[in-house]
Amino acid sequence: MNADQRRALEALASKRSTVAILLTAAMMTIYFGFILLIAFNKPLMSSLMTAGLSIGIFAGAMVIVSAWILTYIYVRWANDKYDVELAKFSEMGKTPSERKTELVA
Amino acid sequence: MFECSEHDDVDDVVPKVFLRGAIRLGVFSNCNTFFILHFLSKAVTMNPTAPQQVAQAAAPALGSTLGQPNALAIVFFLTFIGITMGITYWAARRTKSAAAFYTAGGGITAGQNGFALAGDYMSAASFLGIAGLVAFSGFDGLIYSTGWLVGWPVVLFLIAEPLRNLGKYTFTDVVATRLNQRPIRIASAFGTIMVVTLYMIAQMVGAGNLVKLLFGIQYELAVGIVGCVMLVYVLFGGMIATTWVQIIKAVLLLGGAFIMAMMVLVKFGMNPITLFAAAAEKYPTANVLAPGKLVSNPFDALSLGLALMFGTAGLPHILMRFYTVPNAKAARKSVFYATGLIGFFYLLTFILGFGAMVIVGQEGIKAIDKGGNMAAPLLSEALGGTPFLGFISAVAFATILAVVAGLTLSGSAAISHDIWTHVIRGGKSDEGEQLKVARASSIVLAIVAVVLGILFKGQNVAFMVGLAFALAASTTFPVLVMSIFWKPFTTQGAVASIVAGLVTTITLIWFSPTIQVDILKHTADSVLFPLKNPGVISIPLSFVVGVAVSLLKPEPSAQEKYKETSERLHLGSLVDHQAAAH
Repeated sequence: MNADQRRALEALASKRSTVAILLTAAMMTIYFGFILLIAFNKPLMSSLMTAGLSIGIFAGAMVIVSAWILTYIYVRWANDKYDVELAKFSEMGKTPSERKTELVA
Repeated sequence: MFECSEHDDVDDVVPKVFLRGAIRLGVFSNCNTFFILHFLSKAVTMNPTAPQQVAQAAAPALGSTLGQPNALAIVFFLTFIGITMGITYWAARRTKSAAAFYTAGGGITAGQNGFALAGDYMSAASFLGIAGLVAFSGFDGLIYSTGWLVGWPVVLFLIAEPLRNLGKYTFTDVVATRLNQRPIRIASAFGTIMVVTLYMIAQMVGAGNLVKLLFGIQYELAVGIVGCVMLVYVLFGGMIATTWVQIIKAVLLLGGAFIMAMMVLVKFGMNPITLFAAAAEKYPTANVLAPGKLVSNPFDALSLGLALMFGTAGLPHILMRFYTVPNAKAARKSVFYATGLIGFFYLLTFILGFGAMVIVGQEGIKAIDKGGNMAAPLLSEALGGTPFLGFISAVAFATILAVVAGLTLSGSAAISHDIWTHVIRGGKSDEGEQLKVARASSIVLAIVAVVLGILFKGQNVAFMVGLAFALAASTTFPVLVMSIFWKPFTTQGAVASIVAGLVTTITLIWFSPTIQVDILKHTADSVLFPLKNPGVISIPLSFVVGVAVSLLKPEPSAQEKYKETSERLHLGSLVDHQAAAH
């Protein structure tokens, strides 16, 4: 891998880290927000939106739905952007011996 | 007998070198046959009206047949065993290398692995335990199910793909990529075995109690059956058989829970809110739709939440699954499917819990089992009579079997791949020897599991699942994240981080109310650490120790290898692909 390719890969790596950290932070905020609301604002979580549905139950179901949405966002990004960028590296020239050393490592 | 053909197969699969092992396998097949026969004869001769079951004696008014030998449950269970043994027979022909044994040769598809991950994760504890918790306290059950689910996106964002690209059989491979093999392998294998053992004790004791209640057979016998049957899967079929057992179990469990939830909802106009309203009306003083006692101390809640969230990303048997798929993209997709399935499953258990609360009633559930674990089986009986109860009981048993098989496989990988191959043999061990050691360690683990399961009979082991999650979150997760994302990470930093996580978790849990008050029945004076779960202290501490030790004494060789590692982290699959083309 030459210097340019290495730089391109580093840029892609930091982009992936940013996406991963942002999404992890989002999941943590949502879940711990839910937990802290239960701990500090029980009356709010207990109040009914309609007969049979408290804000707490609705929020809990939304935590589950948000986990689905966040994983979907990541998979979409990774399939559409990250993989496309990665594919460029596969075409870049590497000598077979370089590949071999990597495999052994 | 089926077991005999299984035995014959072993002789042609396992090379002669492994003869001694094969003899042992034969013994285990026979013991399996023995247990099943014993089980059957007992079921046939037992008088259904004999008042020998606590369950039956305690709740005659309810008219539940729970705890009596249920012929249909036995038929369903034996069908499950028959099918999975058939798969094991088929898988045994393909399990000829260490790679096949540990990772099914990387030949599992993303969809299959999604189901298998869900199967590994949806233990009987989460099915029966959460349904019971919801049936008793309504809303509070959601705190656990959301906590268990939100770990999955974290696995996806931070762990799954790097793990697939950097490792081979165990998560320790990833940590050891840049670092000095020996100390890392020892520390991390020790952590794995601790987590696996704790998780296994909880499963085995749960299995003994549940099977006793569900089928009316002895505790020790139930533990023995689980140990023997799962050992057959692992020993002969390795990861291929274990994966298929997980898939079948996941489909049965999700299918059963879905049908049951639909049968509940039909009674409430297909509207969950109507069901919740009926529950609130039935128990007006209990306030079942609002947060209850589970979260009273915010730090307790935070600590539990951290352990549940990051523990998932550190469970060895879950992490190992990412090596069963062909590449990082498949690993990514499989977590996406697993998150969908597990989330769906938790929504279903929430409905089942409320269904049991309204249809069976809290008093009826409490009469059978104070812990509430029988809420879902009782509900199945109320909805579909003895046949449906039989089906759900068999599914619960199958669930325990599958989870224990997955745990055994990951424990055996830590012993044979990390300790034997890399520490004792210095990385030079041929396929035949690796397989032999892997199988021998599975046998040892199965014996340990059965013995511990029997030793812990009658003990309150519910805390062990929480402890296993706390340990995984504070030993495995921090070193994985630091070795993947942090360049200055060193061998000493990693070992110190694992040790700090392990020691803090165990010390804090020992002095917590969980052990001192709930288990040892001491007074509140002996509680030196106020939180039930140590996560809020042990997880950050493990990170801090890892960072501090790494910065104090840098390791230039580890930093040099970072470039190479980060390249492989992203391009792993492409590198493999190119190699395959050559």
